[in-house]
Formats: sequence, C-alpha cells, structure tokens
Amino acid sequence: MTFCSKILAALLLLATAMFAQVPDLENIKIPPLPDFHPVQPKRIQLSNGMVIFLQEDHELPLIDGVARIRGGSRAEPAQKTGLVSIYGEVWRTGGTTKRTGDQLDDLLEAHAAKVETSGGADSTSISLSCLKQDFVDVFTAFVEVMRQPAFREDKIELAKFQENTAISRRNDDINQIAGREAAKLAYGPQNPYARTAEYTTVAAITRDDLVRWHQTYVHPNNIILGLVGDFDTAQMEARLRQTFDPWPAGPPAKEPVLEFHKAKPGYYLVAKEDVNQSLIRMIDLGTTRRNPDYHAIDVFNEAFASGFSSRLFKELRTRQGLAYSVGGGVGAAYDHPGITDFGIGTKSQTTIASIQAMYREIDDLQPHPVTTEELKRAKDYILNSFVFNYDSPSKVLRERMAYEFYHYPPDFLERFRVGIEKVKSEDVMRVPQKYIHKDQFSVLVVGNTQEFDRPLSSLGPVTNIDITIPGSPEASGPAKPGAAAPPQ
Amino acid sequence: MFPFRQQLFGGRMTFRIARLIVVLVIFTQFGWSQDIASFEKRITVKQLPNGLTLLVMERPEAPVFAFNTIVDSGSVQDPNGETGIAHMFEHMAFKGTDKIGTTNYAAEKVALEKVEKAYAAYRQEKYKMVGRDPQKVAALEKAWRDAIAEADKYVIKNQFGQLVEANGGEDLNASTSWDETEYHYSMPANRVEVWAYLESERFLHPVMREFYKERDVVMEERRMRTDSQPIGRLIEKFLTTAFETFSYHRPTVGWMSDLQYFSASDAKQFFDTYYVPANMVVAVVGEVKAAEVMPIMEKYFGRLPARPKPEPIHTEEPPQNSQREAVLHEIAQPFYLEGYHRPDYRDPDDAVYDVMTDLMSDGRTSRLFRTLVRDKKIAADAAGFSGFPGTKYPHLFAFYAVPIPGHSTEELRQAIHAEIERLKTTDVTDEEMKMVKTRLRANLIRGLDDNAGLASQLATHQVRFGDWRELFREIDRVEKVSKADVRRVANKTFTPENRTVGVIENRPSPAPAKAGGAQ
Repeated sequence: MTFCSKILAALLLLATAMFAQVPDLENIKIPPLPDFHPVQPKRIQLSNGMVIFLQEDHELPLIDGVARIRGGSRAEPAQKTGLVSIYGEVWRTGGTTKRTGDQLDDLLEAHAAKVETSGGADSTSISLSCLKQDFVDVFTAFVEVMRQPAFREDKIELAKFQENTAISRRNDDINQIAGREAAKLAYGPQNPYARTAEYTTVAAITRDDLVRWHQTYVHPNNIILGLVGDFDTAQMEARLRQTFDPWPAGPPAKEPVLEFHKAKPGYYLVAKEDVNQSLIRMIDLGTTRRNPDYHAIDVFNEAFASGFSSRLFKELRTRQGLAYSVGGGVGAAYDHPGITDFGIGTKSQTTIASIQAMYREIDDLQPHPVTTEELKRAKDYILNSFVFNYDSPSKVLRERMAYEFYHYPPDFLERFRVGIEKVKSEDVMRVPQKYIHKDQFSVLVVGNTQEFDRPLSSLGPVTNIDITIPGSPEASGPAKPGAAAPPQ
Repeated sequence: MFPFRQQLFGGRMTFRIARLIVVLVIFTQFGWSQDIASFEKRITVKQLPNGLTLLVMERPEAPVFAFNTIVDSGSVQDPNGETGIAHMFEHMAFKGTDKIGTTNYAAEKVALEKVEKAYAAYRQEKYKMVGRDPQKVAALEKAWRDAIAEADKYVIKNQFGQLVEANGGEDLNASTSWDETEYHYSMPANRVEVWAYLESERFLHPVMREFYKERDVVMEERRMRTDSQPIGRLIEKFLTTAFETFSYHRPTVGWMSDLQYFSASDAKQFFDTYYVPANMVVAVVGEVKAAEVMPIMEKYFGRLPARPKPEPIHTEEPPQNSQREAVLHEIAQPFYLEGYHRPDYRDPDDAVYDVMTDLMSDGRTSRLFRTLVRDKKIAADAAGFSGFPGTKYPHLFAFYAVPIPGHSTEELRQAIHAEIERLKTTDVTDEEMKMVKTRLRANLIRGLDDNAGLASQLATHQVRFGDWRELFREIDRVEKVSKADVRRVANKTFTPENRTVGVIENRPSPAPAKAGGAQ
C-alpha cells in the first residue's frame, strides 16, 4: 500500500466513521411542534339565511368555491331513485336560460376553469375553480347555473344513458357489489342510503322533476357557500352581498324521516363465477359522531382494525397472509348511523377459514382487550398526525362547512382532539362490548362458490342474494343457448 | 381507471368506497421563467459522494413535510422467471431492519439463513422435471415451513409501520410501476430526523423477514387487482399482445407461477442490484429549512454504501408490422381498448402526444366526448392517452371507450378511427390549440399545491432528466407544438399495422344467481 493510498484509506475510514455516528431511534430528539393556529374562515350570514365562509389563501393566483345545498337523494321518491344523481349532472350540463351547457363548456374550458354540479345523499352542490383573473366571468356563470338552470332535454337524455350504463355495469366489479349489498344489509334495501337506481326508476324521471327539485331546495337559507383562494375578504364579501342579498328566502328544506332496518343476522351470499377472490363483510348498524363514545370508538377502530398497527392487519395480513385488503371499524356518520363493517378479501379457497379467523380476532377482544400499549399507539397516531386535519386553508374551510351543515359546534375538531386525549383503557374496552356483537352480524360473502374451502352453509343458514339487474337480458329468462357464447 | 401501479396497501380504510375526486385545476398568470426562478430560491439539490441525490423544497405553509423516495427501477428490471420481484421488494421495505422489527437480530439472522437454505432445497426438488419424489418434496416443504416458524419467533410484527404511525406519519404507502418504485408519507415538521433515520435504515439494513407470508399477501393483491377484475384481465392480456420483446409485456405484480417460485434471496439480490444510491432520489417538501435539513439528510443517507449504477436496458421492441388483437369473452359488459407504439418520453415529439391527449380526452369539450358520448350517443366514456403502461421506454398511445347498452365495440372502434382520421387529415382549429395549451399548462402543475404532489413531481423529474426544472420546461415544449406537428405525428403513429386492439365481449352468464347456499 502506498502512502497516498493509505491516507486515502484513512480518510475513507474517517468518512465512514463520521457517517456511522447516528443516534439510535430512541435517542433522536423531537423538538416541540411549533404552535400552529390555522386561520379560520370568516363566517357571514346574510339576512336571507345564506351562510358564507371566506378563506384567504394567497399561495397561488386561484379561487375555488363550493355551495352546498340542503336536500339530497335521501329525500327523493323511491320510484324515482336516481333523480338527484340526474339532477346533479343536468343542473350544469343542461345550461342556463342564457347559455347552453355546451356554450358554458367552451367558455370555461378555454380558461381552464370549472363550474360543476353534483348530487349527494344529503345535499347537492355547485363548485367553481378558476384563475383569479377570470373570477368575474366564472362567478357569473356560477350564479347563472345556481339561479337560472334550464335542464335541457337533450342533456337529460344523455345523463340517463350514463346512468343506465352504470346500472348495466354494476355487477362487473365485486367491490361495487359488496359495497352495495353491505349497505342494504345494514340499512334495509329500501333505505335511501342503500337503495339503487334501476332502469325503471331512471325512466320515470322527467324534466319537471328536476325543475321542481330545484324550486324546492335552492333557496339562500338552504345554502352554505365557501370560497378559498387569492382574494381580499372585504371585497369578496361586498361582491357576494351584492349578488345574494336581494335573493329572498324560501321554504326551508324538509328532512325526510329515515328508517333503518338492519337485515336479520346470518350469512348472505352473492355467487360470482368470474373471480378467484372472495370479499367478506361483517355488517351491523353503527352510530353517529354525536355519540359520547365517538372518541373511544375512533381509538378502538385505530387499534383494532385500521392501519399498519391494527390487530386485524397484523394478524390476518401479516401473520397469516390471508389477505391484501383487510380492515374496517365501528361506523359513525354525522347525522345518521354509520355502517359497522369488518371486511377482508381472500382467495376463494380460504373463504370460510378467513371468516373464522376474523371471528377469532373479535372473540379474542373479550379475554384480551386493547392493551395500554395498543391504546398508546393508537392515540399517538391520531394526535401526532392531527395537524394533517388542518394543514391547508382549504381543509380548514371544508371542516368548518361540514360542521355548519350538520349543526355541529364550529370547534368540533378541537373538541375531538381533547376527547381523544381523554380516552382511557376502560373506554376503549367498552367499545366492543357495546358495539360489536358477533351474533348480530350480517355476514356478506361475494365470491366463486365452486372454489370455497367449505360451503358457506357449513357455518349456518345462508340467504342467497340475487343480483340480477331487473330489465337486463339475464332477468327476462335463461340465456339463449348458442347466442354468441364462446367455447369454454 | 387503469391499474398502472401496484400499491403497498389500499389506504387506511381499506373498504372505503372510492370517491370521485374533483381535481382542482391550477394555473398561474406569471411567465414560466419567473416561476422557475421562484422555485429556484426554495429548492436545494445535492448529490452525495455515494451518488444519492437529495432535494429539499421549502414550503412554509403548515408545520408538516412530505417526502418521496424514487428508485429508478421497476418491474421492467424483474429478471426472467422472477416477474413481480421489484414489487415484492417494495413490500419487504416495510418489514423493518436489523434494529426495527426484531427481538434478537443475531439469532434471527441465523434462522433466516436456514429458511433460505430449506427453501432452496425444497424448490429444487419441487421443480424437478425428471425424478421428482413427492415424499421428498413434502418433507422438504415441511422443513422449510418449520424453519419459517423458527425465524418468526424473533419478529416484532409491523414495527416499522407502527413507528411511522406513532410519530404521526400520514398517508404511508409505496408503489411499483413498470418504470420505477416510489415510497412516501408525510410527517409533522418536528420529526424530520426521525424520518431520516427510518427512511435511510430501511435501505441500509433491509431484512427479508416474513418474506413468504408477504408473498401470499402479494398473491392476494394479484387476485384482487387482476384476476378478479375484467378490466385487469384485459389489460394483462392486452400488454402481452402489444409488446413481444420488451418487458412492458409482463405484469408488475408478477405471474402467479413466478410469485409461487421466487425467494427472499432473489428479492435481496434485486435490492443489491437496483437500490443503489446513484439510482435513487429523495425529495422533501414542506415547512423545513434546507440549511437545517440537508445536513441531517446527509448524515443519515450518506451511510448508504456506494455501488455501481445498474446497466441500462438495451432490449428494444421491434417495429410492429401488422395489427394484433386480444379478445376476452366475459360475463362482464363490453369494453374497447386500442394502442399504438410510440417512442419514449425523451422523444422530441413528446409534447405533441400531450397535446393530442388533451385534445382527444380532457373534459366535455374533448373530441372523443363530443363525438362518441354527446353526438353519436354510443359511449358513456371515451378517451385517448399517452404513457401506457409507462413512459420511460417506448410505450403506447391508447384509446378506450365504454359502450352504452345496445352498442357494440365495433361501433366504438369505427368512431374512434374516424376521430383519428380527422387528426391526420384536418388541422386542429386555432381555438382548440389555444384551449389545449392553456389547459396543459394548468395540468402540468396540477398537484403542485401540496407537499406530497410537489415531492413526487420534483423527484420524478430529477430522476428522469437529472434536473427538476424540466417540470417547468415541459410547458415551453408544449407552447412550440404546431398544427402541422399534430398531423405529422398522428400520421406517423396511428397506422393500422402499429395497432393492438383489446376488447371485452359480453357472453351470457350460464346460470345467473342460481348457485348458492346449498352449493
């Protein structure tokens, strides 16, 4: 070894030694997170009842907004299921009394701007997104769509084509089948959160229905409007007041009385021949976020069924290799019961084994409740990642609008954090006792029954679910023999 | 709608129904040179002596940061007979290290070596073509499974993910595509050093523990995304038809027989070859200061040993000289797909393909929407797009359409071809060209308003071009595209002999919903 190369080697060694000096994980200092109080949007209520939130964000020269209007598909008549979906589409595509939808498309797309409408379960919405410099034009289009929609017949026809296409394809994807049937088991097939549009209910929807819907619900006192972006709040407020103040209030949206009829406990089977993986869903009716147990439920879900650290993930995926997708939780929605749902996707040959493995984990909660270590991990995750609930102005706006819509306190998020901090072992222990009853589950299995490890009926009585689409060729009788069927 | 990427897992609530996410269109009024300048001030790039490239962007919006680690190798690099190994290693990168995930690494190491020995013996006997002894296979299988059970005693399950989560890590995931492998999550800004430790350790001392159970998980992923999905089955078949020699013809998730075959040693071999610092970029974006963070990253990531950069791929797809077809007869509804070979992302005409994608597909003003959906009323959805299944190597410009009930894939094919013909023979209008360029400018920076999107875009461009600035320069190339370019490239690309067609044709279900509980 030459002198030079010795020096080089020494230097290299030194470099390696320098690099090697890293602390162990537990010795890494974590400085306190800087105090962070995201700016809250300004809330304005007009005399006609419209609520407006304004949130400045000057990072990019953009303005985004959404108006959420009370009244959604849970209030549509059952025989016209799909009405709000069609309405949510044609509200925008059908144009206004001044411009066709196609003309709006041309105008907006030329500016890379959007005005869009949509229909949901408890509300409909109209949104905008544009460059700051185009705001006046885009906002004009936005207000025009909001106040003077035309619901032109050609776009109603187009929306129905799309809706019917979706119906015709709804059995192609087993995830879609499982999601749909799980909702029916939890809520009852006639519940608006579970029922599905059919060819006949779509055909029954008329232009008058859309016009009437609009007249019934789109009043300022039913609207929460939020804007975020590169604007001055005072100027924006003036513009909005000028635009919306003269709009008289109308009748408030009536909320339907919803009935929830959970299916009787037992096994439910959808036979699907073209898959090699079964989807299993254990379903029960959940609760709402107003429930004082909500915080304990959230921590429990984290510890038991959600994320890397959860028992279900650890046991069924990592240890047993039964699934890629496994998880779930006790469901909690804002203003109606959520769906309690524990699910797994596993190869056909381990279908029954996976149901039993899932049962074992649920049963095991009795002798081995969530440990203090699991509790700490779950709380650490929820609390340490809490900042991601409000790390952008648009997230802050979205949260506030949701609380306003569901009549929750404006500081619900902060209360939630405090509530999580207070959750104790005994609270989490209570969750499975109160909310997870194995004998109350409706267990849904979608899969290729020919390949199951054992018949599902070996676990108990099975109800077969017929998913044939009413009005499809399959529904009108047995398939015609030899009709374009390929050799097997 | 296409499963371009295999992901580590499907998100936190794995059964939440996917919602249509309205992507906000972002755009800026400033000139682009100015924009590069404004990014210049906030971006620091450093290449370490081991070859690793680090990028930090200061974005002080909220006390959080996101990172993206890109390894410039994907399933295209899977060795023959080991398809899926790149994706498999990605899963293994969550299994911990010699310090994380073990109660006693010294003992575990010995136990894992025994597992590999036992598996090699079992595999050798199992795949013998002549003289295979079933009893010996069974005994060797048992020995292998016993060795796994022994090694399993030392495992602390999912400790790596637990540490990330306990430190407030959000959106923890990774994905593998044909072109590359990427890892990401976000964390509160006070945990940069914790992150640097975890992210460097996983690539410094990866341990192939629980490999064979994780292989089972990946097989389930294959069943979920490909085997049990009609479109997944079509895409797999379509790619094997469109590509004869180039590795884009192989599924990223791997063939089932390869998944059943490859070993932890094979995965480690892949890691040793491709996870070399010179083949990787780590980008961090958020409320961080480069002056503080860069030294921390250097300290931790500088420990990765320098190794030679892997050899580039040399195999080329020969020119296609006649149309190919892949037809699936399914109980699912019909679907139409066709693709044409085009050069890789470095091609001088790359921006022309971007213009054609936007013109054909973006929004209600797009040509395919207006003709197939609005006017002819034969499709519920139709689009044409580039970058299938990747972009790094010569790939496909593809078109797809979803027929509405009562209309055939043949009608869709003819309508798509009529639109392609229009591209070849008639100039696009001035208004269209202006709209397309405006929107493309918007699309190019879509996703730049959040840390995770920025980290991903900057890292990708740093990997692909050796310079993150190319992200902004793409816009200049789009600006230069002319009407003549569109016609020229359309005529060059969209020829019948360069076409591969993939269709799902519906066949009636033999016995609808009659099978059941009785079974």
